[in-house]
Amino acid sequence: MVGIVIVSHSTKVAEGIRELALQMAAAAQRIVAAGGLVDGAIGTDAIKIKEAIITANDGDGVAVMVDLGSAVLSAELAIEMLEDQEIVAAIADAPILEGTIAATVEASVGQPLSRVIATAEGARELRKQ
Amino acid sequence: MANVILAIEVLADIIIANKEKLTEIDAAIGDADHGINMARGFEAVRTKLATAKPDDIGAVLKMVGMTLISTVGGASGPLYGTAFMRAAGVVQGQQVLNSDKAGQMLAAAIGGIKERGKAVKGEKTMLDALEPAYEAFQGGLAAGKSLAECMELATAAAQAGLEYTKTIIATKGRASYLGERSLGHQDAGATSSYLMLAALTELAKGQEQEG
Repeated sequence: MVGIVIVSHSTKVAEGIRELALQMAAAAQRIVAAGGLVDGAIGTDAIKIKEAIITANDGDGVAVMVDLGSAVLSAELAIEMLEDQEIVAAIADAPILEGTIAATVEASVGQPLSRVIATAEGARELRKQ
Repeated sequence: MANVILAIEVLADIIIANKEKLTEIDAAIGDADHGINMARGFEAVRTKLATAKPDDIGAVLKMVGMTLISTVGGASGPLYGTAFMRAAGVVQGQQVLNSDKAGQMLAAAIGGIKERGKAVKGEKTMLDALEPAYEAFQGGLAAGKSLAECMELATAAAQAGLEYTKTIIATKGRASYLGERSLGHQDAGATSSYLMLAALTELAKGQEQEG
């Protein structure tokens, strides 16, 4: 099953989104929060994200959900630093919360990484009214 | 080797000493955390340097890059982190640094920043200080100048680049949300890049006088 990593500047945002997503997740699904810095400060940490991707991977790849600015740069760097491992990871160009929920549902039914990413990106069109 | 460790300490000192100033500049058009973030990163670098025993210049720079990546937090973390890692690649396994290598390191660092940030000169970023600095450095080398002289030229060009960032609109990073309101303010990343080059230049000048 495709794993999911949530990268926010805020530890609490990443954990909160994970909490919401878990409600839609299959039992064995790996969803890992990688928000904030190690000391809890606001920011993103490429090394923490890399470790989260390794944890989230069960062999089918990992979808990485990001918030703003440095979350994208750090996630890209984390994926680059995975080069010595056989893990396929991709960043979804999607709103972090809606995208994570959509990706979780798609992954939970066993869809491949490309489908999970496409579905997450489709969440951008989700209207609220 | 000792020189390179001293150079990293000089970088840490200048960033930490300018923590408030960088944050103030970033407050005008960004999210007011550049100074805090960079100082946190270089505090961590200083702590690592005190205990780590890197074997060569490449290992020193790699350690600096990895530390910045995981402790800075903002966009400058992956950007400067990538810059130091790419510079490390140029001097892997080496104990001594010469002017040619310094130029190659600067080129590799700038290449890394451009790639990571998907940015070019003229977007009100650190590249507006670093790219002219590199060109001036290479010009100095071609004219047969010493390392300290090349560094002086690079720093002057970076300073001019920093002034130039006041005249352009940000299209990258948090400042891009402000559009035209970013005019008249200098870029925080270009400021930290300039400060680091200036500090390294002072160090190089002092060492040439001693030598």
